[in-house]
Amino acid sequence: MSIAITTQFICFTVLSLVVIIGALGVVLLESIVYSAFLLGGVFMSVAGLYLLLNASFVAAAQVLVYVGAVNVLIIFAIMLVNKKEDLKPINDIKSRRVISTSICLTLLSLLIRVDLTNVWNLSSPQNSIGEESTIRIGEHLFSDYLLPFEVASVLLLMAMIGAIVLARRDVMSKDISTGLPVDQELIEKSSEPLLTNKN
Amino acid sequence: MEYGLDLEYSFNEFLKGFGLSSEIAHIIWLPLPMLLVLVAAVVGVLVTVWLERKISAAAQQRIGPEYAGALGVLQPIADGLKLLVKEDIIPAKADGILFTAGPILVLVPVILSWLIVPFGQNLLISNVGIGIFLWIALSSIQPIGLLMSGYASNNKYSLLGGLRAAAQSISYEIPLALSVLAIVLMTNSLSTVDIVNQQSGAGILSWNIWRQPVGFIVFWICALAECERLPFDLPEAEEELVAGYQTEYAGMKFALFYLGSYINLILSALLVSILYLGGWGFPIPVELIAKFLNLPINAPFIQVFTASIGIVMTILKAYLLVFIAILLRWTTPRVRIDQLLDLGWKFLLPISLANLLITAGLKLAFPQFFGG
Repeated sequence: MSIAITTQFICFTVLSLVVIIGALGVVLLESIVYSAFLLGGVFMSVAGLYLLLNASFVAAAQVLVYVGAVNVLIIFAIMLVNKKEDLKPINDIKSRRVISTSICLTLLSLLIRVDLTNVWNLSSPQNSIGEESTIRIGEHLFSDYLLPFEVASVLLLMAMIGAIVLARRDVMSKDISTGLPVDQELIEKSSEPLLTNKN
Repeated sequence: MEYGLDLEYSFNEFLKGFGLSSEIAHIIWLPLPMLLVLVAAVVGVLVTVWLERKISAAAQQRIGPEYAGALGVLQPIADGLKLLVKEDIIPAKADGILFTAGPILVLVPVILSWLIVPFGQNLLISNVGIGIFLWIALSSIQPIGLLMSGYASNNKYSLLGGLRAAAQSISYEIPLALSVLAIVLMTNSLSTVDIVNQQSGAGILSWNIWRQPVGFIVFWICALAECERLPFDLPEAEEELVAGYQTEYAGMKFALFYLGSYINLILSALLVSILYLGGWGFPIPVELIAKFLNLPINAPFIQVFTASIGIVMTILKAYLLVFIAILLRWTTPRVRIDQLLDLGWKFLLPISLANLLITAGLKLAFPQFFGG
Protein backbone atom coordinates (compact mmCIF):
# COMPACT_ATOMS: atom_id res chain seq x y z
CA MET A 1 0.00 0.00 0.00
CA SER A 2 1.52 3.30 -0.98
CA ILE A 3 1.68 6.28 1.36
CA ALA A 4 -0.95 8.21 -0.59
CA ILE A 5 -3.50 5.40 -0.31
CA THR A 6 -2.78 4.92 3.40
CA THR A 7 -3.30 8.63 4.07
CA GLN A 8 -6.51 8.56 2.09
CA PHE A 9 -7.74 5.54 4.06
CA ILE A 10 -6.95 7.15 7.42
CA CYS A 11 -8.69 10.39 6.36
CA PHE A 12 -11.73 8.48 5.16
CA THR A 13 -12.01 6.50 8.41
CA VAL A 14 -11.67 9.56 10.62
CA LEU A 15 -14.12 11.62 8.55
CA SER A 16 -16.77 8.89 8.42
CA LEU A 17 -16.46 8.30 12.17
CA VAL A 18 -16.89 12.03 12.81
CA VAL A 19 -19.92 12.14 10.51
CA ILE A 20 -21.62 9.15 12.17
CA ILE A 21 -20.83 10.04 15.79
CA GLY A 22 -21.56 13.72 15.18
CA ALA A 23 -24.90 12.98 13.55
CA LEU A 24 -25.87 10.70 16.45
CA GLY A 25 -24.88 13.48 18.82
CA VAL A 26 -27.03 16.00 16.93
CA VAL A 27 -30.08 13.77 17.40
CA LEU A 28 -29.46 12.39 20.87
CA LEU A 29 -27.94 15.25 22.87
CA GLU A 30 -30.23 17.12 25.25
CA SER A 31 -28.65 20.55 24.79
CA ILE A 32 -29.81 22.19 21.58
CA VAL A 33 -26.72 24.40 21.44
CA TYR A 34 -24.41 21.38 21.43
CA SER A 35 -26.55 19.80 18.71
CA ALA A 36 -26.21 22.91 16.57
CA PHE A 37 -22.43 23.07 16.94
CA LEU A 38 -22.11 19.33 16.26
CA LEU A 39 -24.19 19.83 13.12
CA GLY A 40 -21.48 22.25 11.95
CA GLY A 41 -18.87 19.55 12.60
CA VAL A 42 -20.88 17.03 10.57
CA PHE A 43 -21.16 19.50 7.65
CA MET A 44 -17.39 20.09 7.79
CA SER A 45 -16.65 16.35 7.71
CA VAL A 46 -18.98 15.88 4.74
CA ALA A 47 -16.99 18.63 3.01
CA GLY A 48 -13.86 16.63 3.84
CA LEU A 49 -15.39 13.55 2.20
CA TYR A 50 -16.06 15.62 -0.94
CA LEU A 51 -12.40 16.69 -0.90
CA LEU A 52 -11.35 13.02 -0.76
CA LEU A 53 -13.50 12.46 -3.84
CA ASN A 54 -11.53 15.14 -5.73
CA ALA A 55 -14.54 17.47 -5.74
CA SER A 56 -12.85 20.53 -4.24
CA PHE A 57 -15.40 23.02 -5.58
CA VAL A 58 -18.32 21.08 -4.10
CA ALA A 59 -16.41 20.83 -0.81
CA ALA A 60 -15.83 24.59 -0.65
CA ALA A 61 -19.45 25.27 -1.60
CA GLN A 62 -20.57 22.87 1.13
CA VAL A 63 -18.49 24.78 3.70
CA LEU A 64 -19.70 28.16 2.44
CA VAL A 65 -23.40 27.31 2.26
CA TYR A 66 -23.96 24.76 5.01
CA VAL A 67 -21.38 25.78 7.61
CA GLY A 68 -21.08 29.47 6.81
CA ALA A 69 -24.73 30.26 6.20
CA VAL A 70 -27.16 27.53 7.32
CA ASN A 71 -25.38 26.51 10.50
CA VAL A 72 -24.52 30.06 11.54
CA LEU A 73 -28.16 31.07 11.10
CA ILE A 74 -29.35 28.06 13.13
CA ILE A 75 -27.00 28.96 16.00
CA PHE A 76 -27.96 32.61 15.64
CA ALA A 77 -31.67 31.76 15.94
CA ILE A 78 -31.05 29.50 18.95
CA MET A 79 -29.17 32.25 20.75
CA LEU A 80 -31.70 34.96 19.97
CA VAL A 81 -34.63 32.82 21.15
CA ASN A 82 -33.03 32.18 24.50
CA LYS A 83 -36.23 31.71 26.42
CA LYS A 84 -36.17 29.68 29.61
CA GLU A 85 -39.37 27.71 29.40
CA ASP A 86 -40.47 24.58 31.21
CA LEU A 87 -41.59 22.18 28.56
CA LYS A 88 -44.61 20.01 29.29
CA PRO A 89 -43.75 16.32 29.48
CA ILE A 90 -45.19 14.41 26.55
CA ASN A 91 -47.42 11.50 27.61
CA ASP A 92 -46.72 8.93 24.94
CA ILE A 93 -43.01 9.70 24.57
CA LYS A 94 -42.04 6.01 24.44
CA SER A 95 -44.31 5.06 21.55
CA ARG A 96 -43.21 8.20 19.68
CA ARG A 97 -39.59 7.21 20.09
CA VAL A 98 -40.31 3.70 18.84
CA ILE A 99 -42.14 5.03 15.79
CA SER A 100 -39.45 7.56 14.85
CA THR A 101 -36.67 5.00 15.34
CA SER A 102 -38.46 2.47 13.14
CA ILE A 103 -39.00 5.08 10.40
CA CYS A 104 -35.32 6.00 10.49
CA LEU A 105 -34.28 2.34 10.38
CA THR A 106 -36.61 1.70 7.43
CA LEU A 107 -35.05 4.60 5.54
CA LEU A 108 -31.59 3.33 6.39
CA SER A 109 -32.38 -0.19 5.14
CA LEU A 110 -33.81 1.34 1.95
CA LEU A 111 -30.58 3.27 1.39
CA ILE A 112 -28.46 0.19 2.09
CA ARG A 113 -30.56 -1.82 -0.38
CA VAL A 114 -30.08 0.87 -3.05
CA ASP A 115 -26.36 0.81 -2.36
CA LEU A 116 -26.15 -2.97 -2.68
CA THR A 117 -28.39 -3.49 -5.70
CA ASN A 118 -27.32 -0.55 -7.84
CA VAL A 119 -24.40 -1.13 -10.16
CA TRP A 120 -22.10 1.82 -9.54
CA ASN A 121 -20.49 2.99 -12.74
CA LEU A 122 -17.24 4.29 -11.26
CA SER A 123 -14.57 5.85 -13.39
CA SER A 124 -10.99 5.13 -12.45
CA PRO A 125 -9.13 7.81 -10.46
CA GLN A 126 -7.01 8.59 -13.51
CA ASN A 127 -10.11 9.73 -15.39
CA SER A 128 -11.41 12.06 -12.68
CA ILE A 129 -11.81 15.60 -13.93
CA GLY A 130 -10.52 17.15 -10.68
CA GLU A 131 -10.01 20.90 -11.00
CA GLU A 132 -12.00 21.06 -14.21
CA SER A 133 -15.14 20.16 -12.27
CA THR A 134 -15.83 23.86 -11.52
CA ILE A 135 -16.25 24.55 -15.24
CA ARG A 136 -18.38 21.42 -15.73
CA ILE A 137 -20.70 22.38 -12.86
CA GLY A 138 -21.11 25.84 -14.37
CA GLU A 139 -21.91 24.40 -17.79
CA HIS A 140 -24.51 22.04 -16.33
CA LEU A 141 -26.12 24.79 -14.24
CA PHE A 142 -26.65 26.90 -17.35
CA SER A 143 -27.75 24.15 -19.73
CA ASP A 144 -29.57 20.99 -18.65
CA TYR A 145 -30.04 21.99 -15.00
CA LEU A 146 -31.14 25.55 -15.73
CA LEU A 147 -34.77 25.06 -14.71
CA PRO A 148 -34.11 23.52 -11.25
CA PHE A 149 -31.48 26.20 -10.67
CA GLU A 150 -33.93 29.01 -11.44
CA VAL A 151 -36.78 27.37 -9.51
CA ALA A 152 -34.52 27.23 -6.46
CA SER A 153 -34.14 31.01 -6.69
CA VAL A 154 -37.93 31.41 -6.72
CA LEU A 155 -38.03 29.30 -3.56
CA LEU A 156 -35.50 31.61 -1.93
CA LEU A 157 -37.55 34.64 -2.97
CA MET A 158 -40.64 33.15 -1.34
CA ALA A 159 -38.70 32.50 1.86
CA MET A 160 -37.45 36.06 1.83
CA ILE A 161 -40.92 37.56 1.39
CA GLY A 162 -42.19 35.34 4.19
CA ALA A 163 -39.40 36.52 6.47
CA ILE A 164 -40.17 40.17 5.71
CA VAL A 165 -43.88 39.68 6.44
CA LEU A 166 -43.05 37.96 9.72
CA ALA A 167 -40.48 40.55 10.74
CA ARG A 168 -42.48 43.66 9.80
CA ARG A 169 -45.50 43.17 11.97
CA ASP A 170 -47.05 46.47 10.90
CA VAL A 171 -48.01 44.70 7.66
CA MET A 172 -50.69 42.75 9.49
CA SER A 173 -52.65 44.22 12.38
CA LYS A 174 -54.18 40.92 13.44
CA ASP A 175 -52.55 37.68 14.44
CA ILE A 176 -53.42 35.03 11.85
CA SER A 177 -53.96 32.14 14.25
CA THR A 178 -55.60 33.83 17.26
CA GLY A 179 -57.27 36.88 15.67
CA LEU A 180 -56.00 39.12 18.46
CA PRO A 181 -54.52 42.54 17.66
CA VAL A 182 -50.77 42.24 17.15
CA ASP A 183 -48.31 43.78 19.59
CA GLN A 184 -46.67 46.52 17.54
CA GLU A 185 -43.80 47.12 19.94
CA LEU A 186 -40.21 46.45 19.05
CA ILE A 187 -39.09 42.86 19.44
CA GLU A 188 -35.95 43.91 21.26
CA LYS A 189 -37.90 45.82 23.90
CA SER A 190 -37.65 44.24 27.30
CA SER A 191 -40.92 42.76 28.50
CA GLU A 192 -40.37 44.07 32.02
CA PRO A 193 -39.04 47.46 33.07
CA LEU A 194 -35.28 47.40 33.44
CA LEU A 195 -35.08 49.24 36.76
CA THR A 196 -37.58 47.51 38.98
CA ASN A 197 -37.01 47.59 42.69
CA LYS A 198 -35.42 44.24 43.29
CA ASN A 199 -35.28 44.21 47.09
CA MET B 1 4.46 27.87 -15.81
CA GLU B 2 7.31 28.45 -18.20
CA TYR B 3 9.69 30.12 -15.82
CA GLY B 4 10.14 30.96 -12.18
CA LEU B 5 11.83 29.15 -9.35
CA ASP B 6 10.45 25.70 -8.66
CA LEU B 7 11.92 24.98 -5.24
CA GLU B 8 9.89 21.81 -4.76
CA TYR B 9 11.33 20.22 -7.89
CA SER B 10 14.90 21.17 -7.03
CA PHE B 11 14.49 20.00 -3.42
CA ASN B 12 13.07 16.65 -4.49
CA GLU B 13 15.85 16.17 -7.04
CA PHE B 14 18.38 17.04 -4.32
CA LEU B 15 16.93 14.41 -1.95
CA LYS B 16 16.73 11.83 -4.70
CA GLY B 17 20.46 12.38 -5.10
CA PHE B 18 20.83 10.72 -1.68
CA GLY B 19 18.97 7.66 -2.93
CA LEU B 20 15.56 8.45 -1.40
CA SER B 21 12.40 7.49 -3.27
CA SER B 22 10.34 10.32 -4.72
CA GLU B 23 7.50 9.59 -2.29
CA ILE B 24 9.65 10.00 0.80
CA ALA B 25 11.22 13.13 -0.70
CA HIS B 26 7.71 14.50 -1.17
CA ILE B 27 6.79 13.75 2.46
CA ILE B 28 9.94 15.47 3.71
CA TRP B 29 9.11 18.44 1.47
CA LEU B 30 5.45 18.79 2.53
CA PRO B 31 5.80 20.36 5.99
CA LEU B 32 8.52 22.80 4.94
CA PRO B 33 6.40 25.41 3.09
CA MET B 34 3.68 25.10 5.72
CA LEU B 35 6.13 25.81 8.54
CA LEU B 36 7.67 28.63 6.55
CA VAL B 37 4.29 30.29 5.96
CA LEU B 38 3.27 29.81 9.61
CA VAL B 39 6.49 31.48 10.75
CA ALA B 40 6.00 34.24 8.18
CA ALA B 41 2.45 34.83 9.46
CA VAL B 42 3.55 35.05 13.10
CA VAL B 43 6.47 37.33 12.29
CA GLY B 44 4.05 39.42 10.25
CA VAL B 45 1.81 39.71 13.30
CA LEU B 46 4.72 40.83 15.47
CA VAL B 47 5.65 43.50 12.93
CA THR B 48 2.03 44.63 12.63
CA VAL B 49 1.60 44.89 16.41
CA TRP B 50 4.74 46.99 16.63
CA LEU B 51 3.53 49.17 13.73
CA GLU B 52 0.14 49.55 15.39
CA ARG B 53 1.74 50.73 18.62
CA LYS B 54 4.13 53.12 16.92
CA ILE B 55 1.67 54.56 14.40
CA SER B 56 -1.07 55.01 17.00
CA ALA B 57 1.48 56.78 19.19
CA ALA B 58 2.44 59.05 16.31
CA ALA B 59 -1.23 59.75 15.54
CA GLN B 60 -1.81 60.76 19.15
CA GLN B 61 1.50 62.63 19.50
CA ARG B 62 2.97 60.15 21.95
CA ILE B 63 6.29 58.31 21.70
CA GLY B 64 5.00 54.76 22.04
CA PRO B 65 7.09 51.80 23.16
CA GLU B 66 10.79 52.59 23.29
CA TYR B 67 12.51 50.66 26.08
CA ALA B 68 12.15 47.09 24.77
CA GLY B 69 14.82 46.99 22.09
CA ALA B 70 15.68 49.81 19.71
CA LEU B 71 12.52 51.86 19.05
CA GLY B 72 10.60 49.24 21.05
CA VAL B 73 10.82 46.56 18.36
CA LEU B 74 10.85 43.84 21.02
CA GLN B 75 7.60 45.11 22.60
CA PRO B 76 5.32 42.65 20.68
CA ILE B 77 7.54 39.74 21.78
CA ALA B 78 7.24 40.94 25.37
CA ASP B 79 3.45 41.13 24.92
CA GLY B 80 3.39 37.61 23.52
CA LEU B 81 5.53 36.21 26.35
CA LYS B 82 3.30 37.89 28.92
CA LEU B 83 0.21 36.25 27.41
CA LEU B 84 2.02 32.92 27.21
CA VAL B 85 2.82 32.71 30.92
CA LYS B 86 -0.48 34.13 32.18
CA GLU B 87 -2.86 31.89 34.06
CA ASP B 88 -5.49 30.26 31.89
CA ILE B 89 -8.81 31.08 33.56
CA ILE B 90 -12.09 29.40 32.70
CA PRO B 91 -14.98 31.14 34.51
CA ALA B 92 -16.85 28.91 36.96
CA LYS B 93 -20.18 29.06 35.16
CA ALA B 94 -18.73 28.93 31.66
CA ASP B 95 -18.99 25.95 29.34
CA GLY B 96 -15.45 24.53 29.40
CA ILE B 97 -15.43 22.62 26.10
CA LEU B 98 -17.01 25.33 23.95
CA PHE B 99 -14.97 27.99 25.78
CA THR B 100 -11.76 26.25 24.66
CA ALA B 101 -12.93 25.30 21.17
CA GLY B 102 -14.08 28.85 20.30
CA PRO B 103 -10.68 30.55 19.91
CA ILE B 104 -9.30 27.53 18.03
CA LEU B 105 -12.18 27.69 15.54
CA VAL B 106 -11.46 31.38 15.03
CA LEU B 107 -7.75 30.94 14.42
CA VAL B 108 -7.53 27.73 12.35
CA PRO B 109 -9.52 28.86 9.25
CA VAL B 110 -7.49 32.08 9.08
CA ILE B 111 -4.21 30.16 9.08
CA LEU B 112 -5.57 27.60 6.58
CA SER B 113 -6.38 30.45 4.20
CA TRP B 114 -2.65 31.17 3.84
CA LEU B 115 -2.62 28.05 1.66
CA ILE B 116 -3.54 30.14 -1.36
CA VAL B 117 -1.40 33.26 -0.84
CA PRO B 118 1.23 33.35 -3.61
CA PHE B 119 4.53 35.16 -3.20
CA GLY B 120 5.69 34.19 -6.68
CA GLN B 121 4.89 31.91 -9.61
CA ASN B 122 5.69 28.77 -7.62
CA LEU B 123 6.07 30.33 -4.18
CA LEU B 124 2.85 29.23 -2.56
CA ILE B 125 1.88 26.16 -0.55
CA SER B 126 -0.61 24.82 -3.04
CA ASN B 127 -1.96 26.20 -6.28
CA VAL B 128 -5.43 24.73 -5.71
CA GLY B 129 -7.85 25.20 -8.57
CA ILE B 130 -10.58 26.73 -6.41
CA GLY B 131 -8.05 29.25 -5.03
CA ILE B 132 -9.82 32.39 -3.89
CA PHE B 133 -13.11 30.53 -3.38
CA LEU B 134 -11.37 28.45 -0.71
CA TRP B 135 -10.62 31.64 1.22
CA ILE B 136 -14.24 32.84 0.96
CA ALA B 137 -15.46 29.45 2.20
CA LEU B 138 -12.95 29.26 5.04
CA SER B 139 -13.62 32.78 6.25
CA SER B 140 -17.28 31.87 6.65
CA ILE B 141 -16.38 29.37 9.41
CA GLN B 142 -15.10 32.09 11.71
CA PRO B 143 -18.51 33.39 12.94
CA ILE B 144 -19.22 29.94 14.40
CA GLY B 145 -16.14 30.22 16.58
CA LEU B 146 -17.16 33.73 17.64
CA LEU B 147 -20.72 32.65 18.48
CA MET B 148 -19.31 29.66 20.34
CA SER B 149 -17.00 31.69 22.54
CA GLY B 150 -19.68 34.33 23.05
CA TYR B 151 -22.16 31.70 24.21
CA ALA B 152 -19.72 29.65 26.28
CA SER B 153 -18.51 32.64 28.32
CA ASN B 154 -21.95 32.86 29.98
CA ASN B 155 -21.76 36.63 30.02
CA LYS B 156 -24.25 38.96 28.35
CA TYR B 157 -21.56 41.22 26.92
CA SER B 158 -19.84 38.21 25.38
CA LEU B 159 -23.07 36.89 23.90
CA LEU B 160 -23.95 40.29 22.44
CA GLY B 161 -20.46 40.60 21.01
CA GLY B 162 -20.66 37.15 19.45
CA LEU B 163 -24.07 37.87 17.92
CA ARG B 164 -22.85 41.18 16.55
CA ALA B 165 -19.76 39.53 15.08
CA ALA B 166 -21.82 36.87 13.35
CA ALA B 167 -24.34 39.38 11.97
CA GLN B 168 -21.53 41.60 10.73
CA SER B 169 -19.57 38.90 8.98
CA ILE B 170 -22.68 37.39 7.37
CA SER B 171 -23.73 40.73 5.91
CA TYR B 172 -20.28 41.73 4.66
CA GLU B 173 -19.44 38.34 3.17
CA ILE B 174 -21.89 38.86 0.30
CA PRO B 175 -20.49 42.10 -1.20
CA LEU B 176 -17.00 40.69 -0.58
CA ALA B 177 -17.75 37.55 -2.58
CA LEU B 178 -19.48 39.57 -5.32
CA SER B 179 -16.49 41.86 -5.81
CA VAL B 180 -14.18 38.81 -5.93
CA LEU B 181 -16.55 37.35 -8.51
CA ALA B 182 -16.00 40.34 -10.81
CA ILE B 183 -12.24 39.67 -10.70
CA VAL B 184 -12.80 35.96 -11.36
CA LEU B 185 -14.96 36.91 -14.33
CA MET B 186 -12.08 38.88 -15.81
CA THR B 187 -9.51 36.15 -15.08
CA ASN B 188 -11.54 33.10 -16.16
CA SER B 189 -10.00 31.30 -13.21
CA LEU B 190 -10.34 31.05 -9.44
CA SER B 191 -6.65 30.38 -8.90
CA THR B 192 -4.72 33.19 -7.21
CA VAL B 193 -1.69 32.54 -9.44
CA ASP B 194 -3.81 33.03 -12.56
CA ILE B 195 -5.32 36.20 -11.09
CA VAL B 196 -1.85 37.70 -10.61
CA ASN B 197 -0.62 36.52 -14.02
CA GLN B 198 -3.61 38.16 -15.67
CA GLN B 199 -2.43 41.51 -14.23
CA SER B 200 1.23 41.12 -15.17
CA GLY B 201 0.96 42.25 -18.82
CA ALA B 202 2.00 45.89 -18.60
CA GLY B 203 3.22 46.40 -15.05
CA ILE B 204 1.35 48.95 -12.99
CA LEU B 205 -0.97 49.86 -15.88
CA SER B 206 -2.53 46.40 -16.06
CA TRP B 207 -3.31 46.08 -12.36
CA ASN B 208 -6.92 45.32 -11.57
CA ILE B 209 -7.34 48.49 -9.51
CA TRP B 210 -7.72 50.51 -12.73
CA ARG B 211 -10.29 48.12 -14.17
CA GLN B 212 -12.12 47.47 -10.90
CA PRO B 213 -11.97 50.71 -8.87
CA VAL B 214 -15.42 50.16 -7.37
CA GLY B 215 -14.66 46.53 -6.61
CA PHE B 216 -11.42 47.56 -4.93
CA ILE B 217 -13.14 49.97 -2.56
CA VAL B 218 -15.99 47.56 -1.80
CA PHE B 219 -13.52 44.74 -1.17
CA TRP B 220 -11.38 46.88 1.14
CA ILE B 221 -14.37 48.06 3.19
CA CYS B 222 -15.67 44.50 3.49
CA ALA B 223 -12.24 43.14 4.36
CA LEU B 224 -11.94 45.69 7.18
CA ALA B 225 -15.39 44.72 8.39
CA GLU B 226 -14.52 41.02 8.29
CA CYS B 227 -11.38 41.73 10.32
CA GLU B 228 -13.47 43.71 12.83
CA ARG B 229 -11.15 46.68 12.61
CA LEU B 230 -12.30 50.14 13.52
CA PRO B 231 -14.54 51.75 12.11
CA PHE B 232 -16.26 48.34 12.16
CA ASP B 233 -15.13 46.94 15.50
CA LEU B 234 -18.64 46.76 16.98
CA PRO B 235 -18.27 43.16 18.22
CA GLU B 236 -15.65 44.30 20.71
CA ALA B 237 -16.70 47.91 21.21
CA GLU B 238 -15.03 48.51 24.54
CA GLU B 239 -17.26 51.39 25.68
CA GLU B 240 -20.43 49.33 25.29
CA LEU B 241 -19.48 45.67 25.55
CA VAL B 242 -16.26 45.62 27.66
CA ALA B 243 -14.49 43.56 24.98
CA GLY B 244 -17.31 41.65 23.31
CA TYR B 245 -16.75 37.94 22.98
CA GLN B 246 -13.21 38.30 24.38
CA THR B 247 -14.39 39.63 27.75
CA GLU B 248 -13.87 36.45 29.77
CA TYR B 249 -10.72 35.27 28.04
CA ALA B 250 -7.23 35.45 29.50
CA GLY B 251 -3.80 34.08 28.77
CA MET B 252 -3.17 31.96 25.71
CA LYS B 253 -6.83 31.74 24.67
CA PHE B 254 -6.99 35.52 24.48
CA ALA B 255 -3.70 35.41 22.58
CA LEU B 256 -5.34 33.12 20.02
CA PHE B 257 -8.04 35.75 19.36
CA TYR B 258 -5.38 38.43 19.20
CA LEU B 259 -3.23 36.42 16.78
CA GLY B 260 -6.28 35.50 14.73
CA SER B 261 -7.38 39.09 14.24
CA TYR B 262 -3.91 40.29 13.24
CA ILE B 263 -3.22 37.32 10.95
CA ASN B 264 -6.59 38.00 9.36
CA LEU B 265 -5.66 41.65 8.84
CA ILE B 266 -2.38 40.74 7.12
CA LEU B 267 -4.16 38.07 5.07
CA SER B 268 -6.76 40.58 3.92
CA ALA B 269 -4.06 43.07 2.99
CA LEU B 270 -2.21 40.35 1.05
CA LEU B 271 -5.39 39.36 -0.77
CA VAL B 272 -6.20 42.96 -1.69
CA SER B 273 -2.71 43.27 -3.14
CA ILE B 274 -3.12 39.96 -5.01
CA LEU B 275 -6.57 40.74 -6.37
CA TYR B 276 -6.16 44.41 -7.19
CA LEU B 277 -2.53 45.50 -6.96
CA GLY B 278 -0.78 42.95 -9.13
CA GLY B 279 0.40 40.56 -6.39
CA TRP B 280 4.11 39.88 -6.76
CA GLY B 281 4.37 42.00 -9.91
CA PHE B 282 6.86 44.84 -10.04
CA PRO B 283 5.37 48.16 -11.32
CA ILE B 284 7.59 47.75 -14.40
CA PRO B 285 7.42 44.21 -15.87
CA VAL B 286 10.52 42.17 -15.02
CA GLU B 287 10.60 40.82 -18.58
CA LEU B 288 11.17 44.36 -19.86
CA ILE B 289 14.05 44.91 -17.44
CA ALA B 290 15.61 41.59 -18.47
CA LYS B 291 15.28 42.50 -22.13
CA PHE B 292 16.78 45.92 -21.44
CA LEU B 293 19.77 44.29 -19.75
CA ASN B 294 20.01 41.73 -22.57
CA LEU B 295 19.63 38.81 -20.18
CA PRO B 296 17.61 35.66 -20.94
CA ILE B 297 14.55 35.37 -18.68
CA ASN B 298 15.47 31.78 -17.77
CA ALA B 299 18.96 32.58 -16.47
CA PRO B 300 19.38 31.42 -12.83
CA PHE B 301 20.43 34.89 -11.71
CA ILE B 302 17.32 36.48 -13.21
CA GLN B 303 15.12 33.80 -11.67
CA VAL B 304 16.43 34.40 -8.15
CA PHE B 305 16.17 38.15 -8.75
CA THR B 306 12.55 37.84 -9.96
CA ALA B 307 11.58 35.65 -7.03
CA SER B 308 13.09 37.98 -4.43
CA ILE B 309 11.51 41.03 -6.10
CA GLY B 310 8.20 39.15 -6.05
CA ILE B 311 8.38 38.46 -2.32
CA VAL B 312 9.47 42.01 -1.54
CA MET B 313 6.72 43.52 -3.70
CA THR B 314 3.98 41.33 -2.16
CA ILE B 315 5.04 42.20 1.37
CA LEU B 316 5.53 45.86 0.53
CA LYS B 317 2.04 46.21 -0.97
CA ALA B 318 0.48 44.28 1.90
CA TYR B 319 2.15 46.44 4.54
CA LEU B 320 1.17 49.60 2.72
CA LEU B 321 -2.45 48.44 3.10
CA VAL B 322 -1.85 47.45 6.74
CA PHE B 323 -0.50 50.98 7.31
CA ILE B 324 -3.70 52.46 5.84
CA ALA B 325 -5.78 50.14 8.03
CA ILE B 326 -3.91 51.25 11.16
CA LEU B 327 -4.27 54.92 10.24
CA LEU B 328 -8.00 54.36 9.69
CA ARG B 329 -8.30 52.66 13.07
CA TRP B 330 -6.77 55.58 14.95
CA THR B 331 -8.48 58.39 13.06
CA THR B 332 -12.08 57.29 12.42
CA PRO B 333 -14.95 56.92 14.88
CA ARG B 334 -16.91 53.72 15.20
CA VAL B 335 -20.16 53.31 13.22
CA ARG B 336 -23.40 52.36 14.95
CA ILE B 337 -24.87 48.90 14.42
CA ASP B 338 -27.74 50.23 12.27
CA GLN B 339 -25.31 52.29 10.18
CA LEU B 340 -23.13 49.21 9.77
CA LEU B 341 -25.99 47.05 8.53
CA ASP B 342 -27.34 49.86 6.32
CA LEU B 343 -23.93 50.28 4.72
CA GLY B 344 -23.63 46.56 4.13
CA TRP B 345 -27.07 45.76 2.79
CA LYS B 346 -28.32 48.99 1.24
CA PHE B 347 -25.12 50.40 -0.20
CA LEU B 348 -22.33 47.84 -0.69
CA LEU B 349 -24.56 44.98 -1.85
CA PRO B 350 -26.34 46.88 -4.69
CA ILE B 351 -23.07 48.56 -5.72
CA SER B 352 -21.17 45.29 -5.90
CA LEU B 353 -24.04 43.68 -7.83
CA ALA B 354 -24.01 46.56 -10.33
CA ASN B 355 -20.22 46.29 -10.52
CA LEU B 356 -20.51 42.61 -11.39
CA LEU B 357 -23.10 43.33 -14.07
CA ILE B 358 -21.05 46.15 -15.60
CA THR B 359 -17.92 44.00 -15.55
CA ALA B 360 -19.75 41.24 -17.39
CA GLY B 361 -21.00 43.76 -19.97
CA LEU B 362 -17.56 45.32 -20.43
CA LYS B 363 -16.04 41.87 -20.78
CA LEU B 364 -18.37 41.18 -23.70
CA ALA B 365 -17.81 44.63 -25.23
CA PHE B 366 -14.01 44.93 -24.79
CA PRO B 367 -12.66 41.40 -24.41
CA GLN B 368 -9.05 42.53 -24.91
CA PHE B 369 -9.15 44.78 -21.82
CA PHE B 370 -11.45 42.83 -19.54
CA GLY B 371 -10.26 39.29 -20.23
CA GLY B 372 -11.72 37.25 -23.05
